[in-house]
Amino acid sequence: MIRLQDMKRISPHEWEIPRSFRQGMRCPVRLFATQELLEQVMGDRSLEQAVNASTLPGIVGSVIVMPDMHQGYGFPIGGVAATRFPQGVISPGAIGYDINCGVRLLASFVDLQAAESYLDILATRMNQSCPSGVGTDGMLKLSLPDLDKVLRDGSRWALKNGYATEADLARTEESGSIVGAKPEKLSERARIRGRTQLGSLGAGNHFIEIDVVAEIFDPGAASIMGLRQDCLVVQIHCGSRGLGHQVCTDYVQEFQSVVRRYGIQLPDRELVCAPMDSPEGASYLAAMRAAANFAFTNRQLLAFSARRVFEEVFSGRLKGWELHQVYDLAHNMGKVELHDVEGKQMKVCVHRKGATRAFGPGTPGLPPEYQVIGQPVLVPGSMGTASWVLVGTQTSMARSFGSTCHGAGRVMSRSQAKREVQGDNLRRQLEDGGIRIRAGSMSGLAEEAPQAYKDVDAVVETVCAVGIARKVARLRPIIVIKG
Amino acid sequence: MGFEELPHTADLALRIWADDLPGLFVEAARGLNVLSGVHLSDKSIQCQTLDIESEDSESLLVAFLTELVYLAEHNNMAFDKIDLTIMNNHLHADLQGAFLVSITKNIKAVTFHNLQIQRIPSGLQVEIVFDV
Repeated sequence: MIRLQDMKRISPHEWEIPRSFRQGMRCPVRLFATQELLEQVMGDRSLEQAVNASTLPGIVGSVIVMPDMHQGYGFPIGGVAATRFPQGVISPGAIGYDINCGVRLLASFVDLQAAESYLDILATRMNQSCPSGVGTDGMLKLSLPDLDKVLRDGSRWALKNGYATEADLARTEESGSIVGAKPEKLSERARIRGRTQLGSLGAGNHFIEIDVVAEIFDPGAASIMGLRQDCLVVQIHCGSRGLGHQVCTDYVQEFQSVVRRYGIQLPDRELVCAPMDSPEGASYLAAMRAAANFAFTNRQLLAFSARRVFEEVFSGRLKGWELHQVYDLAHNMGKVELHDVEGKQMKVCVHRKGATRAFGPGTPGLPPEYQVIGQPVLVPGSMGTASWVLVGTQTSMARSFGSTCHGAGRVMSRSQAKREVQGDNLRRQLEDGGIRIRAGSMSGLAEEAPQAYKDVDAVVETVCAVGIARKVARLRPIIVIKG
Repeated sequence: MGFEELPHTADLALRIWADDLPGLFVEAARGLNVLSGVHLSDKSIQCQTLDIESEDSESLLVAFLTELVYLAEHNNMAFDKIDLTIMNNHLHADLQGAFLVSITKNIKAVTFHNLQIQRIPSGLQVEIVFDV
């Protein structure tokens, strides 16, 4: 068990577990958190998992842990670790099962007050149009050859088939299409699982939410993004569904013997890895990229559906209903990027698990308008609380491999949440507070109760205090759709 | 033999114990069914045979449970009668069950996190974390 006194307090928002803390650590662990947020995780294994992550061969800089941290399996949620490319390792467990779980934000100019009488039908139609829930199939059932096109091309496939615009791709991380994706590196089982799931939300903590822009902190940045105070926006939170899970499962299983082949010893079998310049490491990287492309396309199809619903409900009745994309980004991913490490530019594989890319102004790869202000960062809060739109900063490039937090972070197990919260009561409370809920399962709703999560405002305050993101707008939920 | 749910912040975890290795695997499968909240049809019996090989007992356990996760998701089936033998890290299982009427929790993957089958006075014990 790691205690507060084992850490060095750098500032009120920054702590370090030194490399000397445990034998085998190749780098320190740097935590961005207030003492209060840190104390919330003392009872779980996040800190131990961060220390374990620091043993990955080829790791550079520090393992970074964000204020929304909580225990995962192997690697903490809210964790970032960069390994030298290509000699360092890539670890499927440090990216996660839900490859490219992420968030897309779309914005409209529909004023909430003007939309009030349409909100019930908007909630119902959105729920009906966006497949969600345990075991639900997606909007599309693809042939295996067509699935392979999605895996290779991602959002480019969606553009070619009429589900996306060029503007959508420009405002998606990696333009929604990661180069180097190889469908042939996926097992047949992964492809079978994905074939019927494209255009579906899934369940658990995935959601579609319609929010109102409640407060703007940076009017210039908000204007560039197309966010207008008191207007409706749509958040879509989901990932690569069963396909991504199978890819991670397959490679974590395969790498159990691979680590022995390369003489790699690790404190946790879930952290198994392979050098990126090995056939096995290259194979996983290519498969992960394909799964990531599937997830981008998945969110693109759900966005297509959301747009149709807005048109159906608002067209001819209210102005400004067209949904334009603000951004789409991943929070479970491994990306090969150029970063400054101890004064030298170095190509590294940045593993982000429950952490978001947050590139600062002027960083290559951002569309021209975001080169000016920095990359949008989308931070969904728990159901019933706020979500945030931030931007990346130059400080995040310098301090956290261009990364920041991804959400509120859980503090309570699902079982405890279900014991303490009745789904029906929660639904009533949220609806009394003006939030319309469409949920497939009351016990699933209870698991996602706001009290099961950290205070997202405190998480955002922390990342802004350390300079790895900057506030643009705060969103308030109006409609929540969960599987 | 038996199992109990362990607290885990975002996912699900079980502690499982049994007299011997095949018993441990069967209890793990039962625990998976309970965590998933499977409700089986009483209409027609479905049977499956599994033959799995892996490099050690822990990998074999993950592979076995992963097969069950896949069969639930893809074939819409779960199994409440399992006859299982293990020899030299090779598992043979005859499964009997039914189609799913419903399932309340989608277990998406079986992890290797802190996975170690340990000897205890009454037999064997293991803790498994599942991704949901």
